[in-house]
Amino acid sequence: MTTEFWFHPSLILIIGAVLLPLVPKALKKAFLVAVPVLAFLDVLSMQGNNGTFGVVQFLDWSLIFGRVDALSMVFAYIMTLMCIIGTIYGLHVEEDFQHVAAWLYVAGSLGVIFCGDYLVLFLFWEVMAFSSVFLVWFRRRKESLAVGYRYLLVHTAGGLLLLAGMILRFKATGGDLSFGPIGVDNPQLYTYLIMAGFILNAAVPPLHAWLPDAYGEATVSGAVFMCAFTTKTAVYALARGFAGMEILVPLGVCMALYGVVYAVLENDSRRLLAYHIISQVGYMVAGVGIGTQLAINGACAHAFAHILYKGLLFMGCGAVLHMTGKSKFSELGGLYAKMPRTFIFTLIGGLSISAFPLFSGFVSKAMIVAAGFAEHNYWAAFLLTLASAGTFLHTGLKVPYFIWFGKNNCSQETMQKAADPPMNMQAAMIIASFLCIFIGCYTPYLYDMLPYPDVAANYHPYNQYHLSETLQILLFTALGFFLLIKKLAPEPKISLDLDWFYRMGGRGFLWLAKKPIQTADNWVSEAYRIIGLIPLMATARFWSWFDWHGIDGVVDGLARTVQGIGGQLRGLQNGQLQFNILYAMSLVAIVLVIFVFV
Amino acid sequence: MIVQVINFFRDRLPIVIRWCYVGLAALVAWDIAFVDKSHAHTAMEKLPGFWAIFGFVACVLIIIVSKWFGHQGIMTREDYYDD
Repeated sequence: MTTEFWFHPSLILIIGAVLLPLVPKALKKAFLVAVPVLAFLDVLSMQGNNGTFGVVQFLDWSLIFGRVDALSMVFAYIMTLMCIIGTIYGLHVEEDFQHVAAWLYVAGSLGVIFCGDYLVLFLFWEVMAFSSVFLVWFRRRKESLAVGYRYLLVHTAGGLLLLAGMILRFKATGGDLSFGPIGVDNPQLYTYLIMAGFILNAAVPPLHAWLPDAYGEATVSGAVFMCAFTTKTAVYALARGFAGMEILVPLGVCMALYGVVYAVLENDSRRLLAYHIISQVGYMVAGVGIGTQLAINGACAHAFAHILYKGLLFMGCGAVLHMTGKSKFSELGGLYAKMPRTFIFTLIGGLSISAFPLFSGFVSKAMIVAAGFAEHNYWAAFLLTLASAGTFLHTGLKVPYFIWFGKNNCSQETMQKAADPPMNMQAAMIIASFLCIFIGCYTPYLYDMLPYPDVAANYHPYNQYHLSETLQILLFTALGFFLLIKKLAPEPKISLDLDWFYRMGGRGFLWLAKKPIQTADNWVSEAYRIIGLIPLMATARFWSWFDWHGIDGVVDGLARTVQGIGGQLRGLQNGQLQFNILYAMSLVAIVLVIFVFV
Repeated sequence: MIVQVINFFRDRLPIVIRWCYVGLAALVAWDIAFVDKSHAHTAMEKLPGFWAIFGFVACVLIIIVSKWFGHQGIMTREDYYDD
C-alpha cells in the first residue's frame, strides 16, 4: 500500500447518486454531466501511477479496493467515458432515480475493475445486478416487472455460483482471497464454479438468455448503460483470472455463432442488438481462452471498441423507440427522411461493429482472429470470421435497412411522431460516432492503452492483405443480403430461447404451489381456525379491551403513540418489493461509503 | 442534406446497382492481380477470390440455416408467454 492519495471513481458516482435528488432543478443538468466527468478525470489522473491503493483492514483480511494496472486502467477508462456518454444521452430523463440506478450500476462495474480480492469483487458484483435491474423496472410496462425479476433471479444464481467457488477456493488454498490468475493449468471444482459465475455475466450459452430478455425490455437510456457494463466487466474478470483457459475458446466461438443465428430470427431491433452482444462478447471470450499477449490485447481492445459502438447502436435504435414508441422491424421502415441523422449515427455503429476499414471494429476484432491464426487454431479463426459476416449482415445491413428503408410498415401515427431525437441524445451519438471513427483511423490511441502495448505496437491492421480480405468478406456478404432480402423480411414472431425452461418451469412451480400445496394448506388452516382460533380470539379480545382501556389509558398512552408512528411507517411500505429493494440498496450504498472511508 | 443525398442515389437505383457490381468485380480483380498473399494464414486462402467466396457463402449459409432452425418451432407467436 502506498500512502499516496487515491480516490475510488466508484465513490464519486455513489456520492453523486446520493446527492442527486437533493440538487435544485436549475443545476440538475450541470450536476448530471459533472459527476461522470469527475469520475473520468479521476481515472485519467491514475494513468502511469500503477500500484495498490485503498487497502482496508476488515476482520482478518486486507481488502483491496484499488488495484491500478494496465488491464484495470483500460477498462476503467472506457467505462467512465461511456458513463459520460450514457448520462448525456439520458439527460432529458427527469426521474432522478433512473440516473441514480445507472450510476450505482457503473460504480459496481468500476468496483469490480479495481478490486484486488474476491470479497470486494463479490460485493460490487451484486451491486451491479441489484442496481441495473431498476433500469428494466423503470420502463414501467406490464412486462417490465416480470423481466426484472427474472434478470435478478438469474444473476443471483450466478452470484451464488461465484460465492460457492470463492469459499471452496478460500478453503483449498488456506485462506487466499486474492483475485488474480486462478491457475488454469490445474483446474479444480472451484475454478469451474468461479468461471461459471463469470461466464453467466458474460452471457455465454447456455447461461445467456437473461441478456436479450432484459436488454430488450430496459428503458431507452437504461439499455445504453446495460449493453456496456455487465458483459464487459465479466470479460475483464475472465481476462484477469482465466487467460489461457482452453475451454473458453470453443465457448466463445459458439457464442459468436449463436448470437448470429438468433439475430436472423429476431424482429425487435433492440433484441437483435442484444443477440449481437452475445456474438461480439464471444470474440472476447475466445480471445481470453487463447490467452496469448496478442489475444488478451485483442479481447481488451475489442471490449473497448464494443462498448462504444454497441452503445451507439443502442442509442440509435433507442432514439427510434423514444420518438416513435416502436422497436419492431415489422412496425417500422422507410424512416430515412424523418430521422436522417439517427440513421447516419446508427450506420456508423453498424460499420464499426462489422469491422469496416477506418472504423473501430476493424482494428480490434482482427487482433483476436489474428491471435487465433497465430496459434494455429484454424477452426476457431475461420468460424469467428464466418460470424463476422453475420455481424455485418444484421447490424450493418438488416438494422439500418429495415428501419430506415425497406417496406414502410409504419402506422400513420408512427410516421407522424418520427423525427430526430432531442439534442442531448444527438450529442451523445455524435461523441460515440466520433470515437468509433477516431479509434479506427488512429490506432495508437487505443493500442497504447492495452495491457501489452509493445505487442500492440507491432500489430498493423492496415496491411494490403487484411484490407482485401475484409472488404471481400463484407461486400460479398452485402451482395448475399440484397439477393436474399426477401427471406429476411421481418416476421412478427418471437423466438424461443433457453429462458423457456425457467419461464415455463416457474409456471409449473407456481401451479404446484397454487393447486395441491395451497389446497392442502387451506384445509389445515380451516380446521385450525374452527377448533383453535375462534375460542382463542374471543379470550384475546377481552384482554386487549382491558389492556387498552384499562391499563394504557390509566398509565401513559404509550400504545396509542406507537400505533400513530406505525400508521406513518405504513405509508412508506406500499408492498411493492422493488421499492423495498431500492431503499435497501440506497442504505447499503451509504453504509459502504461510511464503512470504507470514515 | 442527408436526405437529398439519399434521394439522389435512390432516384438512380439501377445505375447505382450496376456500379456496385463493377466495384465488386474490381475488388476481386485487385485481389487476384495485386494483393501480396504472403500474409495468408493457410494455403487455401491463396485461391483467387477466396475471401469473396467465403463472404458470400457465409452470408447465404447463415440466412438459410438460421431460418430453417427458426421454422422448426423456435419462432412462435408473439403472445406465446402471455397467460
